[in-house]
Amino acid sequence: MNAVDVFLEVLSWALIVSGSVFVIIGSLGLWRLPDFWARLHGASVTESAGVILLIWGMCIQAGFTLITVKLIIIGIFLFITGPTATHAVANAALVTGWRPSEAEGLTGAEPEPLRPENEDDALDGGEE
Amino acid sequence: MTLAGLFALWLLMSGLFKPLLIGFGLASVLVVGWITSRMDAQDGDHLDIRLSPLRLAGYLLWLLAEIARANWSVMRIILSRRMPVRQHLFRVPFSQKTDLGQVIFANSITLTPGTITVETERDNFLVHALGYDENDDEALAEMDRRVAQVETAGGV
Amino acid sequence: MFLVAAVSLLVSMVIVLARLFAGPTLYDRVLAVNSFGTLTVLFIGVLGFLTGRPDFLDIALLYALINFVGTIAILKFFRYRAIGDVSASRELGQ
Repeated sequence: MNAVDVFLEVLSWALIVSGSVFVIIGSLGLWRLPDFWARLHGASVTESAGVILLIWGMCIQAGFTLITVKLIIIGIFLFITGPTATHAVANAALVTGWRPSEAEGLTGAEPEPLRPENEDDALDGGEE
Repeated sequence: MTLAGLFALWLLMSGLFKPLLIGFGLASVLVVGWITSRMDAQDGDHLDIRLSPLRLAGYLLWLLAEIARANWSVMRIILSRRMPVRQHLFRVPFSQKTDLGQVIFANSITLTPGTITVETERDNFLVHALGYDENDDEALAEMDRRVAQVETAGGV
Repeated sequence: MFLVAAVSLLVSMVIVLARLFAGPTLYDRVLAVNSFGTLTVLFIGVLGFLTGRPDFLDIALLYALINFVGTIAILKFFRYRAIGDVSASRELGQ
Protein backbone atom coordinates (compact mmCIF):
# COMPACT_ATOMS: atom_id res chain seq x y z
CA MET A 1 0.00 0.00 0.00
CA ASN A 2 2.02 2.95 -1.18
CA ALA A 3 1.04 6.56 -1.61
CA VAL A 4 -0.22 6.13 -5.18
CA ASP A 5 -2.56 3.33 -4.16
CA VAL A 6 -3.97 5.37 -1.33
CA PHE A 7 -4.45 8.33 -3.63
CA LEU A 8 -6.27 6.21 -6.24
CA GLU A 9 -8.46 4.63 -3.57
CA VAL A 10 -9.47 8.01 -2.18
CA LEU A 11 -10.04 9.40 -5.68
CA SER A 12 -12.30 6.54 -6.71
CA TRP A 13 -14.19 6.83 -3.43
CA ALA A 14 -14.77 10.51 -4.09
CA LEU A 15 -15.82 9.92 -7.68
CA ILE A 16 -18.26 7.11 -6.88
CA VAL A 17 -19.83 8.83 -3.88
CA SER A 18 -20.27 12.15 -5.70
CA GLY A 19 -21.62 10.26 -8.70
CA SER A 20 -24.19 8.62 -6.45
CA VAL A 21 -25.16 12.01 -5.05
CA PHE A 22 -25.64 13.41 -8.57
CA VAL A 23 -27.72 10.40 -9.58
CA ILE A 24 -30.04 10.98 -6.63
CA ILE A 25 -30.21 14.73 -7.36
CA GLY A 26 -31.09 14.02 -10.98
CA SER A 27 -33.96 11.71 -10.15
CA LEU A 28 -35.09 14.09 -7.44
CA GLY A 29 -35.23 16.75 -10.14
CA LEU A 30 -37.22 14.39 -12.32
CA TRP A 31 -39.70 14.14 -9.48
CA ARG A 32 -39.79 17.71 -8.16
CA LEU A 33 -39.63 19.99 -11.19
CA PRO A 34 -42.98 21.47 -12.21
CA ASP A 35 -43.53 20.38 -15.80
CA PHE A 36 -42.23 18.13 -18.55
CA TRP A 37 -39.87 20.63 -20.15
CA ALA A 38 -38.17 21.26 -16.83
CA ARG A 39 -37.98 17.56 -16.03
CA LEU A 40 -35.92 16.97 -19.16
CA HIS A 41 -33.11 18.88 -17.48
CA GLY A 42 -33.40 16.87 -14.29
CA ALA A 43 -32.92 13.67 -16.25
CA SER A 44 -29.89 15.09 -18.02
CA VAL A 45 -28.10 15.61 -14.68
CA THR A 46 -28.28 11.85 -14.12
CA GLU A 47 -27.18 11.24 -17.66
CA SER A 48 -24.12 13.48 -17.68
CA ALA A 49 -22.67 13.91 -14.20
CA GLY A 50 -23.89 10.65 -12.71
CA VAL A 51 -22.72 8.48 -15.59
CA ILE A 52 -19.34 10.20 -16.02
CA LEU A 53 -18.43 10.16 -12.34
CA LEU A 54 -19.57 6.60 -11.65
CA ILE A 55 -17.87 5.15 -14.74
CA TRP A 56 -14.62 6.94 -13.91
CA GLY A 57 -14.76 5.70 -10.34
CA MET A 58 -15.31 2.13 -11.48
CA CYS A 59 -12.48 2.43 -14.04
CA ILE A 60 -10.04 3.45 -11.32
CA GLN A 61 -11.18 0.56 -9.15
CA ALA A 62 -10.72 -1.94 -11.98
CA GLY A 63 -7.21 -0.83 -12.91
CA PHE A 64 -5.62 -1.73 -16.25
CA THR A 65 -7.73 -4.72 -17.25
CA LEU A 66 -10.24 -5.71 -19.90
CA ILE A 67 -12.94 -4.60 -17.46
CA THR A 68 -11.76 -1.03 -17.88
CA VAL A 69 -12.04 -1.36 -21.65
CA LYS A 70 -15.64 -2.54 -21.31
CA LEU A 71 -16.42 0.28 -18.88
CA ILE A 72 -14.98 2.83 -21.29
CA ILE A 73 -17.04 1.38 -24.13
CA ILE A 74 -20.19 1.59 -21.99
CA GLY A 75 -19.24 5.13 -21.01
CA ILE A 76 -18.72 6.32 -24.57
CA PHE A 77 -21.95 4.69 -25.64
CA LEU A 78 -23.98 6.33 -22.87
CA PHE A 79 -22.16 9.61 -23.54
CA ILE A 80 -23.41 9.62 -27.13
CA THR A 81 -26.84 8.02 -26.83
CA GLY A 82 -28.01 9.75 -23.66
CA PRO A 83 -28.32 13.23 -25.24
CA THR A 84 -29.68 11.72 -28.44
CA ALA A 85 -32.51 9.99 -26.59
CA THR A 86 -33.28 13.15 -24.60
CA HIS A 87 -33.35 15.15 -27.82
CA ALA A 88 -35.67 12.58 -29.39
CA VAL A 89 -38.14 12.83 -26.51
CA ALA A 90 -38.09 16.65 -26.56
CA ASN A 91 -38.39 16.77 -30.34
CA ALA A 92 -41.35 14.36 -30.34
CA ALA A 93 -43.11 16.54 -27.77
CA LEU A 94 -42.43 19.69 -29.81
CA VAL A 95 -43.62 18.15 -33.06
CA THR A 96 -46.98 17.25 -31.54
CA GLY A 97 -47.48 20.98 -31.06
CA TRP A 98 -46.73 21.25 -27.37
CA ARG A 99 -44.82 24.43 -26.46
CA PRO A 100 -42.89 24.97 -23.24
CA SER A 101 -44.26 27.59 -20.88
CA GLU A 102 -42.15 30.71 -20.96
CA ALA A 103 -40.80 32.70 -18.06
CA GLU A 104 -42.26 36.18 -17.59
CA GLY A 105 -41.02 38.74 -20.07
CA LEU A 106 -39.71 36.19 -22.54
CA THR A 107 -41.29 34.98 -25.75
CA GLY A 108 -40.25 31.63 -27.06
CA ALA A 109 -39.06 31.13 -30.59
CA GLU A 110 -41.61 29.43 -32.79
CA PRO A 111 -40.22 26.57 -34.88
CA GLU A 112 -40.24 27.05 -38.64
CA PRO A 113 -43.15 25.34 -40.29
CA LEU A 114 -42.15 21.85 -41.29
CA ARG A 115 -40.77 21.65 -44.77
CA PRO A 116 -42.94 20.11 -47.46
CA GLU A 117 -42.42 16.41 -47.96
CA ASN A 118 -38.84 15.54 -48.60
CA GLU A 119 -38.74 12.15 -50.23
CA ASP A 120 -35.20 11.09 -49.40
CA ASP A 121 -35.49 12.28 -45.82
CA ALA A 122 -38.61 10.59 -44.52
CA LEU A 123 -37.79 11.03 -40.83
CA ASP A 124 -37.79 14.80 -41.16
CA GLY A 125 -41.19 15.23 -42.75
CA GLY A 126 -44.46 16.28 -41.21
CA GLU A 127 -46.71 14.09 -39.11
CA GLU A 128 -49.61 13.87 -41.45
CA MET B 1 -9.59 -2.40 -42.14
CA THR B 2 -13.09 -2.30 -40.72
CA LEU B 3 -13.05 -6.08 -40.31
CA ALA B 4 -9.78 -5.92 -38.39
CA GLY B 5 -11.28 -3.28 -36.13
CA LEU B 6 -14.32 -5.44 -35.46
CA PHE B 7 -12.12 -8.44 -34.70
CA ALA B 8 -10.04 -6.40 -32.26
CA LEU B 9 -13.28 -5.35 -30.57
CA TRP B 10 -14.31 -9.01 -30.30
CA LEU B 11 -10.99 -9.93 -28.66
CA LEU B 12 -11.25 -7.03 -26.24
CA MET B 13 -14.80 -7.92 -25.28
CA SER B 14 -14.31 -11.66 -24.82
CA GLY B 15 -10.79 -11.75 -23.40
CA LEU B 16 -10.65 -15.50 -24.06
CA PHE B 17 -8.25 -17.02 -26.56
CA LYS B 18 -9.58 -20.53 -27.13
CA PRO B 19 -9.65 -21.62 -30.79
CA LEU B 20 -13.41 -22.24 -30.73
CA LEU B 21 -14.25 -18.74 -29.48
CA ILE B 22 -11.82 -17.08 -31.87
CA GLY B 23 -13.48 -19.06 -34.64
CA PHE B 24 -16.89 -17.77 -33.58
CA GLY B 25 -15.43 -14.25 -33.56
CA LEU B 26 -14.06 -14.60 -37.08
CA ALA B 27 -17.35 -16.03 -38.33
CA SER B 28 -19.45 -13.22 -36.85
CA VAL B 29 -17.03 -10.58 -38.13
CA LEU B 30 -17.34 -12.00 -41.64
CA VAL B 31 -21.15 -12.17 -41.45
CA VAL B 32 -21.32 -8.57 -40.25
CA GLY B 33 -19.01 -7.46 -43.04
CA TRP B 34 -21.17 -9.23 -45.62
CA ILE B 35 -24.43 -7.71 -44.30
CA THR B 36 -22.85 -4.26 -44.17
CA SER B 37 -21.61 -4.46 -47.75
CA ARG B 38 -25.14 -5.44 -48.87
CA MET B 39 -26.62 -2.49 -46.96
CA ASP B 40 -23.97 -0.24 -48.45
CA ALA B 41 -24.93 -1.29 -51.96
CA GLN B 42 -28.53 -0.43 -51.04
CA ASP B 43 -28.17 3.19 -49.92
CA GLY B 44 -24.47 4.15 -50.17
CA ASP B 45 -24.67 6.28 -47.05
CA HIS B 46 -21.20 7.32 -45.90
CA LEU B 47 -19.85 9.24 -42.98
CA ASP B 48 -16.46 10.80 -43.52
CA ILE B 49 -14.86 11.97 -40.33
CA ARG B 50 -13.14 15.30 -40.74
CA LEU B 51 -12.00 16.11 -37.23
CA SER B 52 -8.56 16.71 -35.87
CA PRO B 53 -8.10 14.23 -33.00
CA LEU B 54 -5.90 16.51 -30.94
CA ARG B 55 -8.35 19.41 -30.96
CA LEU B 56 -11.19 16.96 -30.30
CA ALA B 57 -9.45 15.82 -27.12
CA GLY B 58 -8.96 19.42 -26.06
CA TYR B 59 -12.59 20.17 -26.79
CA LEU B 60 -13.74 17.17 -24.72
CA LEU B 61 -11.72 18.39 -21.75
CA TRP B 62 -13.26 21.86 -22.07
CA LEU B 63 -16.68 20.23 -22.39
CA LEU B 64 -16.15 18.30 -19.16
CA ALA B 65 -15.40 21.52 -17.29
CA GLU B 66 -18.47 23.12 -18.85
CA ILE B 67 -20.63 20.13 -17.83
CA ALA B 68 -19.36 20.38 -14.27
CA ARG B 69 -20.28 24.08 -14.11
CA ALA B 70 -23.72 23.55 -15.65
CA ASN B 71 -24.40 20.66 -13.29
CA TRP B 72 -23.68 22.89 -10.34
CA SER B 73 -26.23 25.49 -11.38
CA VAL B 74 -28.92 22.95 -12.24
CA MET B 75 -28.30 21.25 -8.91
CA ARG B 76 -28.86 24.55 -7.12
CA ILE B 77 -32.18 24.98 -8.95
CA ILE B 78 -33.36 21.47 -8.10
CA LEU B 79 -32.40 21.61 -4.46
CA SER B 80 -33.61 25.11 -3.65
CA ARG B 81 -36.97 25.35 -2.02
CA ARG B 82 -38.73 27.58 -4.55
CA MET B 83 -37.03 26.21 -7.67
CA PRO B 84 -36.26 29.46 -9.55
CA VAL B 85 -37.07 28.04 -12.98
CA ARG B 86 -36.81 30.46 -15.89
CA GLN B 87 -37.70 28.49 -18.97
CA HIS B 88 -37.04 29.80 -22.41
CA LEU B 89 -36.98 28.46 -25.96
CA PHE B 90 -34.56 30.30 -28.23
CA ARG B 91 -32.62 30.04 -31.45
CA VAL B 92 -28.91 29.28 -31.58
CA PRO B 93 -27.13 29.68 -34.93
CA PHE B 94 -24.45 27.15 -35.77
CA SER B 95 -21.45 27.56 -38.06
CA GLN B 96 -20.22 23.98 -38.51
CA LYS B 97 -19.99 22.83 -42.09
CA THR B 98 -20.11 19.06 -41.78
CA ASP B 99 -23.01 17.02 -40.45
CA LEU B 100 -20.77 15.44 -37.85
CA GLY B 101 -19.74 18.83 -36.49
CA GLN B 102 -23.36 19.88 -36.18
CA VAL B 103 -24.19 16.64 -34.39
CA ILE B 104 -21.32 17.19 -31.97
CA PHE B 105 -22.52 20.72 -31.25
CA ALA B 106 -26.15 19.66 -30.75
CA ASN B 107 -25.15 16.74 -28.55
CA SER B 108 -22.87 18.95 -26.46
CA ILE B 109 -25.73 21.39 -25.92
CA THR B 110 -27.96 18.58 -24.75
CA LEU B 111 -25.22 16.99 -22.65
CA THR B 112 -24.69 20.11 -20.57
CA PRO B 113 -27.56 20.08 -18.09
CA GLY B 114 -29.82 23.09 -18.30
CA THR B 115 -29.92 23.31 -22.09
CA ILE B 116 -31.49 20.90 -24.57
CA THR B 117 -31.53 20.98 -28.34
CA VAL B 118 -35.17 20.54 -29.23
CA GLU B 119 -35.27 21.03 -32.98
CA THR B 120 -32.83 21.41 -35.84
CA GLU B 121 -33.48 23.82 -38.67
CA ARG B 122 -31.54 24.79 -41.73
CA ASP B 123 -29.02 26.95 -39.90
CA ASN B 124 -30.35 27.25 -36.37
CA PHE B 125 -30.98 25.00 -33.43
CA LEU B 126 -33.97 25.54 -31.20
CA VAL B 127 -32.65 25.27 -27.67
CA HIS B 128 -34.67 25.01 -24.49
CA ALA B 129 -33.09 26.34 -21.32
CA LEU B 130 -34.11 25.67 -17.74
CA GLY B 131 -32.60 28.68 -16.01
CA TYR B 132 -32.18 31.13 -18.87
CA ASP B 133 -30.16 34.25 -18.49
CA GLU B 134 -28.72 36.61 -21.03
CA ASN B 135 -25.20 35.17 -20.79
CA ASP B 136 -26.37 31.85 -22.21
CA ASP B 137 -26.33 33.10 -25.78
CA GLU B 138 -22.70 34.13 -25.41
CA ALA B 139 -21.73 30.81 -23.77
CA LEU B 140 -23.37 28.82 -26.54
CA ALA B 141 -21.71 30.98 -29.20
CA GLU B 142 -18.35 30.15 -27.64
CA MET B 143 -19.16 26.44 -27.71
CA ASP B 144 -20.12 26.88 -31.37
CA ARG B 145 -16.73 28.45 -32.13
CA ARG B 146 -14.88 25.67 -30.34
CA VAL B 147 -16.73 22.91 -32.18
CA ALA B 148 -16.09 24.67 -35.49
CA GLN B 149 -12.37 24.71 -34.68
CA VAL B 150 -12.38 20.94 -34.19
CA GLU B 151 -13.42 20.50 -37.79
CA THR B 152 -10.67 20.32 -40.38
CA ALA B 153 -11.43 21.61 -43.84
CA GLY B 154 -11.05 18.98 -46.55
CA GLY B 155 -9.64 16.24 -44.35
CA VAL B 156 -6.29 17.83 -43.52
CA MET C 1 -18.18 2.16 -1.34
CA PHE C 2 -20.01 0.18 -3.98
CA LEU C 3 -22.71 -0.46 -1.41
CA VAL C 4 -23.23 3.31 -1.14
CA ALA C 5 -23.50 3.59 -4.92
CA ALA C 6 -25.86 0.60 -5.16
CA VAL C 7 -28.17 1.90 -2.46
CA SER C 8 -28.33 5.40 -3.91
CA LEU C 9 -28.95 3.99 -7.38
CA LEU C 10 -31.80 1.91 -5.96
CA VAL C 11 -33.27 4.95 -4.22
CA SER C 12 -33.19 6.99 -7.41
CA MET C 13 -34.68 4.10 -9.37
CA VAL C 14 -37.62 4.12 -6.95
CA ILE C 15 -38.05 7.89 -7.44
CA VAL C 16 -37.95 7.52 -11.22
CA LEU C 17 -40.49 4.69 -11.01
CA ALA C 18 -42.77 6.99 -9.03
CA ARG C 19 -42.51 9.56 -11.85
CA LEU C 20 -43.18 6.77 -14.33
CA PHE C 21 -46.44 5.91 -12.62
CA ALA C 22 -47.46 9.49 -11.89
CA GLY C 23 -47.08 10.61 -15.50
CA PRO C 24 -48.95 12.80 -16.28
CA THR C 25 -48.14 12.83 -20.01
CA LEU C 26 -46.79 10.17 -22.33
CA TYR C 27 -43.50 12.04 -22.75
CA ASP C 28 -42.92 12.16 -19.02
CA ARG C 29 -43.23 8.41 -18.98
CA VAL C 30 -40.91 7.86 -21.93
CA LEU C 31 -38.36 10.15 -20.27
CA ALA C 32 -38.70 8.21 -17.02
CA VAL C 33 -38.26 4.87 -18.81
CA ASN C 34 -35.12 6.16 -20.52
CA SER C 35 -33.72 7.50 -17.27
CA PHE C 36 -34.58 4.23 -15.54
CA GLY C 37 -32.67 2.36 -18.23
CA THR C 38 -29.56 4.48 -17.69
CA LEU C 39 -29.78 3.89 -13.95
CA THR C 40 -30.18 0.15 -14.57
CA VAL C 41 -27.01 0.06 -16.67
CA LEU C 42 -25.07 1.76 -13.89
CA PHE C 43 -26.67 -0.47 -11.27
CA ILE C 44 -25.74 -3.67 -13.10
CA GLY C 45 -22.18 -2.41 -13.41
CA VAL C 46 -21.96 -1.55 -9.71
CA LEU C 47 -23.53 -4.89 -8.81
CA GLY C 48 -20.81 -6.63 -10.81
CA PHE C 49 -18.16 -4.97 -8.66
CA LEU C 50 -20.13 -5.57 -5.48
CA THR C 51 -20.41 -9.32 -6.04
CA GLY C 52 -16.95 -9.59 -7.60
CA ARG C 53 -18.30 -10.84 -10.93
CA PRO C 54 -17.19 -8.41 -13.64
CA ASP C 55 -19.03 -10.49 -16.26
CA PHE C 56 -22.05 -8.40 -15.33
CA LEU C 57 -20.56 -5.59 -17.42
CA ASP C 58 -21.46 -7.50 -20.60
CA ILE C 59 -25.06 -7.46 -19.49
CA ALA C 60 -24.81 -3.76 -18.71
CA LEU C 61 -23.47 -3.04 -22.20
CA LEU C 62 -26.27 -5.05 -23.78
CA TYR C 63 -28.83 -3.24 -21.65
CA ALA C 64 -27.47 0.13 -22.74
CA LEU C 65 -27.90 -0.87 -26.39
CA ILE C 66 -31.43 -2.18 -25.89
CA ASN C 67 -32.45 0.82 -23.82
CA PHE C 68 -31.48 3.32 -26.52
CA VAL C 69 -33.07 1.39 -29.37
CA GLY C 70 -36.19 0.81 -27.28
CA THR C 71 -36.65 4.52 -26.50
CA ILE C 72 -36.26 5.50 -30.14
CA ALA C 73 -38.64 2.73 -31.23
CA ILE C 74 -41.34 3.83 -28.77
CA LEU C 75 -41.07 7.47 -29.88
CA LYS C 76 -41.09 6.55 -33.54
CA PHE C 77 -44.14 4.39 -33.03
CA PHE C 78 -46.09 7.14 -31.30
CA ARG C 79 -45.13 9.64 -33.96
CA TYR C 80 -45.84 7.59 -37.07
CA ARG C 81 -47.90 4.67 -35.70
CA ALA C 82 -45.47 2.35 -37.47
CA ILE C 83 -42.05 0.93 -36.65
CA GLY C 84 -40.96 -0.30 -40.05
CA ASP C 85 -40.61 1.70 -43.26
CA VAL C 86 -42.25 5.02 -42.51
CA SER C 87 -42.75 6.30 -46.04
CA ALA C 88 -44.46 3.07 -47.13
CA SER C 89 -46.95 3.08 -44.26
CA ARG C 90 -47.64 6.77 -44.84
CA GLU C 91 -48.62 6.10 -48.43
CA LEU C 92 -50.89 3.31 -47.25
CA GLY C 93 -52.56 5.68 -44.81
CA GLN C 94 -53.32 8.34 -47.40
